[in-house]
Amino acid sequence: MAEMIFAGFGGQGVMSMGMMVAYAGMIEEKNVSWIPSYGPEMRGGTANCAVVVTADEIGSPIITEPDVVVAMNLPSMTKFEPMLKPGGMLIYNSSLIEREEGRDDITVIGVPANQLATELGNSRVANMVVMGTLLAKTEVVGTESIKKALRQVLPPHRHDLLGVNEDAIQRGAEFSR
Amino acid sequence: MAKQLMKGNEAIGEAAIQAGCRYFFGYPITPQNEVPEYMSRRLPEVDGVFLQAESEVAAINMVYGAAGAGARVMTSSSSPGISLKQEGISYIAGSELPCLIINIIRGGPGLGGIQPAQSDYFQATKGGGHGDYNLFVFAPASVQEMVDLIMESFDIADYYRNPVMILGDGTLGQMMEPVEFKTPQKRDLPPKDWATTGCAGREPNIINSLSLVAENLEQHNHKLQKKYKHMKEHEQRWESYKTDDAELVMVAYGTTARIVKSVVNKLRDQGVKVGLIRPITIFPFPEKAFAELPSTVKAFLTVEMSAGQMVEDVRLAVNGKHPVHFCGRTGGIIPAPAEIIKVATEIMGGEAK
Amino acid sequence: MKLIFDRPSALTDKHTHYCPGCTHGIIHRLVAEAIDELEVREQAIGVASVGCSVLAYEYFNCDMQQAAHGRAPAVATGIKRVHPDKVVFTYQGDGDLASIGMAEIVHAAARGEKITTIFVNNTIYGMTGGQMAPTSLVGQKTTTSPYGRQAEHCGYPIRMSELLSTLQGAVSVARVSVHDVPHILKAKKAIKKAFETQLSGKGFSIVEVLSTCPTNWGKPPIEALKWLEENMIPYYPLGEFRSPEEVK
Repeated sequence: MAEMIFAGFGGQGVMSMGMMVAYAGMIEEKNVSWIPSYGPEMRGGTANCAVVVTADEIGSPIITEPDVVVAMNLPSMTKFEPMLKPGGMLIYNSSLIEREEGRDDITVIGVPANQLATELGNSRVANMVVMGTLLAKTEVVGTESIKKALRQVLPPHRHDLLGVNEDAIQRGAEFSR
Repeated sequence: MAKQLMKGNEAIGEAAIQAGCRYFFGYPITPQNEVPEYMSRRLPEVDGVFLQAESEVAAINMVYGAAGAGARVMTSSSSPGISLKQEGISYIAGSELPCLIINIIRGGPGLGGIQPAQSDYFQATKGGGHGDYNLFVFAPASVQEMVDLIMESFDIADYYRNPVMILGDGTLGQMMEPVEFKTPQKRDLPPKDWATTGCAGREPNIINSLSLVAENLEQHNHKLQKKYKHMKEHEQRWESYKTDDAELVMVAYGTTARIVKSVVNKLRDQGVKVGLIRPITIFPFPEKAFAELPSTVKAFLTVEMSAGQMVEDVRLAVNGKHPVHFCGRTGGIIPAPAEIIKVATEIMGGEAK
Repeated sequence: MKLIFDRPSALTDKHTHYCPGCTHGIIHRLVAEAIDELEVREQAIGVASVGCSVLAYEYFNCDMQQAAHGRAPAVATGIKRVHPDKVVFTYQGDGDLASIGMAEIVHAAARGEKITTIFVNNTIYGMTGGQMAPTSLVGQKTTTSPYGRQAEHCGYPIRMSELLSTLQGAVSVARVSVHDVPHILKAKKAIKKAFETQLSGKGFSIVEVLSTCPTNWGKPPIEALKWLEENMIPYYPLGEFRSPEEVK
């Protein structure tokens, strides 16, 4: 059972990151759910979604104690770090977040996602760099399933971007090793 | 067809189209906007008509017109919009027209909020508008179940010549889950020989809910009541979960039922004998589920995202035999497992609050 | 023997409930004659509204739906979208169309909904017993304006034809009267033209028919016709406000 929250600015691709994890879980024949925050919250610039991937029947799709929080910007980290389960994992975008004090009962991993994405030649794949880290550090879903999910989530006219997305996943995974 | 990951609101639209719905009339309101958006994209592909009405009032009356003209037609809205549609729904029920109405409930009263709630239970199950009538109301708990029930709803609506409502909440509308579109078992449906299609070769058809002679109107009401009685006898649906030896039976529907199911599992792990009745139809209310319970049952706990509306139907079904407790949150807050466990534990310890 | 007068086939043989001297009967007949002459009775689907004409479904000999107060244009929209090849019309009074149903009529017209509306304006709520209507004239006494309609208190009567003629989708808009035979003949032409507009698929068509209400006006029928001519026509000028010929 994994309960995850993906959060960041609108446009950072946090919704599609969550969707891809849910898709990959479905490919692995697990029970999955994905739910966005909606309403005025959407307009304020921050976006987040909650994803559950589990072998069991899913109770509430809305998560109050996540196992994993992916924070792409500071407001997201500030909001969701306190909710993490003790022993949970925080993955944050260290290109945009200067982390100082924080909880010591969780695993914390900083990834300079924007920097690594820019090095790959496409700043928009920062989310997939973080995805690579998530895949390397957890066993939520397999990398192969994510690659399959990528083909489903990206519309056919964007399939020219499959390569750079896959590179980003690999870069994120390597970085965290 | 393979499983797809779909947002509840979009799955609603696709299920309706696959069930043969070709007409959608609606008006924007959060948190159901993906339904009309999806329909505006998809219906032209299948030679259907999507029309954004000038108001919810107009939308439901367009549904009335289209249903009277013999079409499979639907509308969707959320609480304040459903309130606006009540007049039209009463006319549709009175004129015995089939249609599907989706209510993705948000917190109320008034403009309320946009977070999930179940506070329109009374409105949905007790009529809602003026006059003695009932809708057939389904309360799905997952995107898949919502899809399955919608695909059946159009048949049920045609079978009974009665509006069917799907009662969801913001969570069900907004969440994505894997879904599969399966063809439901078909009902034997009578031809729509009452529809206004032009009177070539027959006497004119009239769609009407006006009946100025009291005796005639009473006869019409008897006919409607007979229909609702038939639904009560033949259409109750529910899921009983771990009730075989239960001492405390929780009752919850929709999103809340998912949470309560997790709670039942947690309490069972602690050795507490709890079970769940999850109504799938809320009109007709599944009274039969209560008649089937074992003698071990000592109390009931209704859990809702409202101030306690379904608790009245549960009390009627239990008929004074056992205490019926209530635990709920309002305003768009989903009850957390911990608070339900606390109330359940208190009841089992003999200290109900 | 030569038949010189008969009931149009688009009317049933039911006796109407309208008061003596009321002009609804004439207007029903004109609508039915237009339907007959265009040979569309078997394709026609009418929508009755709420008001004196609530029972119109018993009088028109074609498929009919009864609509909630003011909602006839929305109901007709639903019907027409399902049966674009049928002839769909609404029959509404001034309370129904210009007060509670203002949104529905304006938007049906704005959408260019291919339906025909027969709008009977008699400046009063007839069915409910003579209350003030949105079209009641300034100074007109009704049961809810017992001192006469005062503009400073409740504004001015609405000229629906002028209002609707500002909308591009309303391709045929005319105001006619039935207070004497020449005008009745003109009204007939306008109604037929409205149906023809619908058949041509160009857009929304409406005929506003100035009508009397002897009972609630408290006037004998002949005097009521005179009152219409002398008081209503100056405020509600007759004529064609939009014509399908203007529409390419």
